[in-house]
Amino acid sequence: MAGTKTTTGAPTEVTQKHNKGGIGESTLRPDGTLKVTGEFAYSSDMWHEDMLWGQTLRSTVAHAEIVSIDTVEALKTPGVYAVLTYDDLPAEMKNYGLEIQDTPVLAHGKVRHHGEPVALVAADHPETARRAAAKIVVEYKELPVITDEASATAPDAVLVHEGRTDEYIEHVPHPNIVHNQPIIRGNAEEAAKKADFIVKGEYTFGMQDQAFLGPESGLAVPAEDGGVDLYVATQWLHSDLGQIAPVLGLPEEKVRMTLSGVGGAFGGREDISMQIHACLLALRTGKPVKIVYNRFESFFGHVHRHPAKLYYEHGATKDGKLTHMKCRIVLDGGAYASASPAVVGNASSLSVGPYVIDDVDIEAIALYSNNPPCGAMRGFGAVQACFAYEAQMDKLADKVGMDRVEFRQLNAMSQGTLLPTGQPVDSPAPVAEILRRVKARPMPPERQWESSEGADVRALPGGLSNTTHGEGVVRGVGYAVGIKNVGFSEGFDDYSTAKVRMEVINGEPVATVHTAMAEVGQGGITVHAQIARTELGVQQVTINPADTQVGSAGSTSASRQTYVTGGAVKNSCELVREKVLEIGRRKFGSYHPAWATAELLLEGGKVVTDGGETLADLAELLEGETVEVEAEWRHRPTVAFDKKTGQGNGHVQYSFAAHRAVVEVDTELGLVKVIELATAQDVGKALNPLSVVGQIQGGTTQGLGVAVMEEIIVDPKTAKVRNPSFTDYLIPTILDTPTIPVDVLELADPNAPYGLRGMGEAPTLSSTPAVLAAIRNATGLELNRTPVRPEHLTGT
Amino acid sequence: MRVNFTVNGRQQEADDVWEGESLLYVLRERMGLPGSKNACEQGECGSCTVRLDGVPVCSCLVAAGQVQDREVVTVEGLADYAKHREDSHPGGACGSVCGGTSLQEARQWQARPADRVTDGQTGEGGELSPIQQAFIDAGAVQCGFCTPGLLVAADELLERNASPSDADIREALSGNLCRCTGYEKILDAVRLAAARQEETV
Amino acid sequence: MDFLRPASWEEALAAKAEHPTAVPIAGGTDVMVEINFDHRRPEYLLDLNRVAELREWAVGEETVRLGASVPYTTIMEELRTELPGLALASHTVASPQIRNRGGVGGNLGTASPAGDAHPALLAADCEVEVESVRGSRLIPIDEFYTGVKRNALAEDELIKSVHIKKAAGPQQYSKVGTRNAMVIAVCAFGIALHPDTRTVRTGIGSAAPTPIRAKAAEEFLNAALEEGGFWDSKKIITPSIAKQFAELASGAANPIDDVRGTANYRRHAVGIMARRTLGWTWESYRGNGRSTEGVA
Repeated sequence: MAGTKTTTGAPTEVTQKHNKGGIGESTLRPDGTLKVTGEFAYSSDMWHEDMLWGQTLRSTVAHAEIVSIDTVEALKTPGVYAVLTYDDLPAEMKNYGLEIQDTPVLAHGKVRHHGEPVALVAADHPETARRAAAKIVVEYKELPVITDEASATAPDAVLVHEGRTDEYIEHVPHPNIVHNQPIIRGNAEEAAKKADFIVKGEYTFGMQDQAFLGPESGLAVPAEDGGVDLYVATQWLHSDLGQIAPVLGLPEEKVRMTLSGVGGAFGGREDISMQIHACLLALRTGKPVKIVYNRFESFFGHVHRHPAKLYYEHGATKDGKLTHMKCRIVLDGGAYASASPAVVGNASSLSVGPYVIDDVDIEAIALYSNNPPCGAMRGFGAVQACFAYEAQMDKLADKVGMDRVEFRQLNAMSQGTLLPTGQPVDSPAPVAEILRRVKARPMPPERQWESSEGADVRALPGGLSNTTHGEGVVRGVGYAVGIKNVGFSEGFDDYSTAKVRMEVINGEPVATVHTAMAEVGQGGITVHAQIARTELGVQQVTINPADTQVGSAGSTSASRQTYVTGGAVKNSCELVREKVLEIGRRKFGSYHPAWATAELLLEGGKVVTDGGETLADLAELLEGETVEVEAEWRHRPTVAFDKKTGQGNGHVQYSFAAHRAVVEVDTELGLVKVIELATAQDVGKALNPLSVVGQIQGGTTQGLGVAVMEEIIVDPKTAKVRNPSFTDYLIPTILDTPTIPVDVLELADPNAPYGLRGMGEAPTLSSTPAVLAAIRNATGLELNRTPVRPEHLTGT
Repeated sequence: MRVNFTVNGRQQEADDVWEGESLLYVLRERMGLPGSKNACEQGECGSCTVRLDGVPVCSCLVAAGQVQDREVVTVEGLADYAKHREDSHPGGACGSVCGGTSLQEARQWQARPADRVTDGQTGEGGELSPIQQAFIDAGAVQCGFCTPGLLVAADELLERNASPSDADIREALSGNLCRCTGYEKILDAVRLAAARQEETV
Repeated sequence: MDFLRPASWEEALAAKAEHPTAVPIAGGTDVMVEINFDHRRPEYLLDLNRVAELREWAVGEETVRLGASVPYTTIMEELRTELPGLALASHTVASPQIRNRGGVGGNLGTASPAGDAHPALLAADCEVEVESVRGSRLIPIDEFYTGVKRNALAEDELIKSVHIKKAAGPQQYSKVGTRNAMVIAVCAFGIALHPDTRTVRTGIGSAAPTPIRAKAAEEFLNAALEEGGFWDSKKIITPSIAKQFAELASGAANPIDDVRGTANYRRHAVGIMARRTLGWTWESYRGNGRSTEGVA
């Protein structure tokens, strides 16, 4: 392959100029132009002269001993530069993992799930690499598969991981349980006696895939110092770094990571995928190595949302007050731990939902099994619980004989309510209000498919497939509301780092922001530029590429980046501003008394007093000066939940959203068309309203997907994935997605920067149960599992 | 094998092409035009949509050898394509030759935001086609991986239907998956581009 | 792998004769997915894009001769009157991008039971024109599908066109998928009224090892319409006839459980689609088409 380039596609800074553009405005993405011209370089666009292509050989079975691996024929293939197995790993450390280092870089002696990486090939063309990988002969001796709670905890169950030494093994009831978290408050047994109505339900939540559009990919370039430069799409550079360096046997400073363009994430890039593999091949061959998964491989390349079984019991008095709740949530973590412990923490602590219930008995567990590993996905444990408790609320309201929304409002939490963990909710919790708002919206018109020429099938269930012209179509309406925690909980040291520089370029004051925050599409860099403008009074802001040359920003997950890295950028800007003012006082202090006495601000390129008097031009003040600060910033500390009672102030902040779903169901064929998904959400402060609405609509649509179509189907007999493709794992198209009117509330959280509330995940929670409730309303069916499929709606 | 074809108005030649390579691979890995995206490689997402002799197709499902002597327009050439169309046939389709990127230019492709200061109010940077501008202005871009394919499809829709209904937009874009936006702002962007187009006529 | 690029139909036939294992590629919808996902590595790829006549169609007295590579988009837009069932089926094929490239030749060549065109072709009645250097022949559609993803082609033959009976009456097509666009059929149903011969023909997709006709349902309906004098009277079809027709159509299905749907659901859905499409076509025949024909 001829070429004149060296590395291309390496990310560079983006600069945006805006004469206002502070927080609260809908400024546009600084990377927007690059993204619409095709110039924005994603990790799969990286290219390097003489680069090789890496290919991963994955297990064809879910659970087996590896008897032998024969790589001889693969190595002989012309164009192949390296074939690596476990035996080639260079360091003492051979595993990685987010919380528990239980995941082998390459399978060792055993494979624990379908699609586990077994060997790697580097070759001069992807086809050469594929052909060589196909020549590797792996002999497996299959073992029985563990696929659910019963098989995991059976007395004679095979252990998925033998000899566990992680911190959770001491308290879990069985070694095939990663983590369990009970939460006991009040006395549910006693309180149940006060109930006039009791509702019990068993719910099933299917395995959802993040289905980000840009598959896992990246480029590793070996460096002269024996280290490696890695360009990759991830959610958290420093977390990757901490897992990559030890297995390469390199100090962290010799693994230099830069964030490439990220084609979506939604939790699916929280774990390592091809990072270590590309580095191993690059270091072995001395050549740059690019790995790009195709869609098939991507389904095996990242963890999914935990499928769950949820057992709930709620009681209510005849006047509609909730008396108690008991629940047991069984999450299937699959073969490796990934984020399972934290997902358990969320599922248990948020299992009550945004309601006041004083007496609860809760347990959440995550299993080890031979199913695909599961971990982070938007909503993170709160999604599964919300699906179940919202179904329960409808059933209870019906029993009590109350309107379903009024029943929720009557029991809604508010500021001051205690969570089941005993932690008070210490900021606004407008649960009743967001429900009121979605309910108050006018209903979309009926029979929108009718036109003068006949039925427009595009507006009907089945769409272009022309299955109904109105026959069998019944409308249904459903409501749901949810609560999501913001930020990393349970005592995690959740911080971010921002480096902010201010200087004069071409006679103009300019700010530069450098963080390691992964921009995955959420618009974090837009907001960073806005914060810098607000705090520093500049028009022009340059955003440096995210890399490991600056301190950790933490993960782009848990709805936390605007809060935490936004907070860090704000904090560093404030520190820069102080230094700028010091320079001002030094240079000009003697000219005006206000330098010493007044509250000073940076606005419109000037230093002004809070009374609006201009003291200096920043361009003049900063002439010959560069002010730079790199500082860490933390949100309020949290504590771990008590292992037995679940008590403790484990969370930082909460996010609330409500949905009203209007659906039309072809009740004979079991096909669903969602007509409208109205939503209301409190975001504390919308730093960028355009982005906020975009996040809410996107999150809502992912919730819709898992309501009616999205599920990774695993064969219970073999634990093999049956639909790893976009042909059979379906995500909503534009014809499946309804109008999504959004009502944004801004009730400031006094503890957060600008009063903002992390908001990316909450809309994914309540969307699913609202759609399910609407389908139940249309069909009269109980529907205790999601996604709901045509056979469930037709009793076939 | 060798394949000669026209990309964004310029004659190109790809050598040593493996017969199983797709047009998408050739564009991305051999022409230095990675704007067309490799999201599914099975015709189920539309991220790799290009115009082949004017017709929107999934470039992942076109065998490289099938484009011999044919014309391809990618997202990188979309602004020129739209401009040429406007210049030659206001409101009409592009003729057989559109302006374009030379292979030399294409090979020197770099993410080059450093020399380009975007205006945060309008997103205005270089010369963009109306649909590109509308995607920025309407907030239709998040991660942006689906954007190139959507732009090619939406531009073609507006070429043949200057004022599409919402149902028309949804149908025309039903072959393009987006995972970030929930599509609302994409609809907004197409409506915006259509409205702006109408104003200028 | 070798890439063969015949410039004409004759060259294509010669190439296929010389390399019987060559895999024809036109729209690429099936073949390229198999190559991209490493499911198939044919020795030869035989590109048919340069064979102009495959993209041509001609409307004759009795039939439409539809070139194997006429894109579905063209069928939707240009042949809605002559081939209404196939036009509706074409509209359900994958995505606009795929419809711009794919044609019935691909569906017939792959002969997957899930191919969207099959039920419409079976219902309309057609013959597949295949050719080799040995000569050409017309294979009646009823004899074309020979097994799961197998057809009646000899190894040196290529599909040139399909001779489809021009619609003499209303036709309909329905397909169930679990998404409102861009979806592979869970199952599909096609129906064509042939008032000229006073017969009704059907086609079922994705509900048996091959595309099939619901023959018992057709025979029942043909007899019932004849006995009741419905063709002349244009009376409303009684619910009991529609119900019986639907049950027989459902009974014709021989589906399996797979990731896209259960066998029971497929049987059920075929029945529903049979009843509805019969209603739409018959109402249209009666002159009430406007209110029952879908538009998009």
